[in-house]
Amino acid sequence: MISDQAKKEIDFWITKYPEGRQSSAVMQALTIVQNENGGSLTGDLMREIADHLQMPAISVQEVATFYENYNHKPVAKHTIRFCHNISCMLNGSDDLISYLEKKLQVKTGEISKDGLVSVKKVECLGACVGGPMCQIGDQYYEHLTPSKLDNILDDLK
Amino acid sequence: MNEVCFKNLDKENPASFATYESTGGYKVWRKVLNGEISPEDILAELKASGLRGRGGAGFPTGLKWSFMPRNQEGQKYVVCNSDEGEPGTCHDRDILRYNPHSVIEGMAIAGYVMNASVGYNYIRGEFMEPYYRFEEALKDAYDAGLLGKDIQGGSVSFDLYTHLGAGAYICGEETALLESLEGKKGQPRFKPPFPANVGLYGKPTTINNTETFANVPDILSRGGKWFADLGVENSGGTKCFSVTGNVKKPANFEVPMGTPFAKLLELAGGLKEGRTLKAVIPGGSSTPLLTADTAMKMTMDYDSIANAGSMLGAGSVIIMDDSTCMVKTLTRLAHFYYDESCGQCTPCREGTGWLYRVLQRILDGNGKNEDLDLLLSVQGKIIGNTICALGDAAATPVESFIRHFRPEFEYYIKHGKSMVEVNV
Repeated sequence: MISDQAKKEIDFWITKYPEGRQSSAVMQALTIVQNENGGSLTGDLMREIADHLQMPAISVQEVATFYENYNHKPVAKHTIRFCHNISCMLNGSDDLISYLEKKLQVKTGEISKDGLVSVKKVECLGACVGGPMCQIGDQYYEHLTPSKLDNILDDLK
Repeated sequence: MNEVCFKNLDKENPASFATYESTGGYKVWRKVLNGEISPEDILAELKASGLRGRGGAGFPTGLKWSFMPRNQEGQKYVVCNSDEGEPGTCHDRDILRYNPHSVIEGMAIAGYVMNASVGYNYIRGEFMEPYYRFEEALKDAYDAGLLGKDIQGGSVSFDLYTHLGAGAYICGEETALLESLEGKKGQPRFKPPFPANVGLYGKPTTINNTETFANVPDILSRGGKWFADLGVENSGGTKCFSVTGNVKKPANFEVPMGTPFAKLLELAGGLKEGRTLKAVIPGGSSTPLLTADTAMKMTMDYDSIANAGSMLGAGSVIIMDDSTCMVKTLTRLAHFYYDESCGQCTPCREGTGWLYRVLQRILDGNGKNEDLDLLLSVQGKIIGNTICALGDAAATPVESFIRHFRPEFEYYIKHGKSMVEVNV
């Protein structure tokens, strides 16, 4: 179920678009609902979004499966989204990803046993001068080193 | 350095309304609101400035704005493309973080010129800090009575909203971005019709990049000629460059167009100790790779880089030293385009997969002698055969990497390992 608070947030986004164009808010609606649901979407939630935005359910599903940032399976509490594209790679992102896999005892794409963390290789996040870098939640972490990663991991609860 | 878009970088609160106003910000917009400057005057200055689209295509901005049917009845739109995602590019992020008001003022001026009363800034979904910074600036501009309907009781209206993406490189393509804004999959539209005639919600729309808009206020307050003279012929003004890869201090620099590449390399701290320059991608991963000799001779402007055999693109300079394995680097780029192809056109959807899989096979030590010809054949079948430029962008690196470093690829196929000792 989508909460009233989330619906209110979605309705704020709808006001940005012309009358009758509320489907423009679908991407943000999916983001808001996904955040509320612990980081992933379900068929029921997508259908609720479709009802709320008066869109065909299939159109919501199309959007939800096209964009990278929507998840359709449960995720770890924190996903470390590690850039492995060219600028980060040239500055050692592969070594750091291996370091994380070893330290957390997970392979990229897997969730740690306690459900706390997962590591995901992602494409360019647009912070290339700060590479190697990763994103956790809304936050970017740049110029990473093993010891910086240790500190970041210590703070994840 | 840092004369236009980054001019407030060294100030205490670069993004604030007060800082922006203290350096002449909103002066032009207030003139517009007071009826002191006409759309024709603005277009004339823009054309004189030589400003070209900073997102990659380099189309003259004044000309683009003049294509809008400003007297046509009905709603028209101005859209800013802040969906920065070209590998190696991150200067629009800094403009949004440190000079958001220049984008707001630039968009408002564009709205006035094109008679469009609504604008959207499409910011990529991962850019939450830039998004919050931009929203804060937007609120300040509204609070100061500079945006809205019938602003300051006059006849000019401009409402500006942000829209957030959700992770799709293809949405940087302008018609894919419009589809995304309409709440659909980001799949590019066939052109024509062009957005200036049929754009957002089917209405006339002009889309420019963040940096392009950020340049506009200063061009109009200081004059088109002033801006043009900062750069060189055919490349007016300054350009923000992201210099990344194998340099000591990767960073963003705003320098005059025509700055020697060697100077830019020096600004980024130069190469690491004991290393030599191997290759450079001058304009983002979609632009052809250049060898060290060629790069060292070029200057950073549209014509010089085109003469060197590549493109200025988005100004994303990726430096590779002699420790770089070209097979691995190209495979990583091929994976990116494979991942980001929207799947609409067969040559791109299937071709990017072929390119990636064949390259990965070589990297895994299972390459075949005929693989290089296969790669060149596949990339040749993508180029020119897709709706948008992503197909060409995926193919271009393959051709240029193999052309310049063929022996390295042949060695990898023969020996199943890289000929580069430090394998990055």
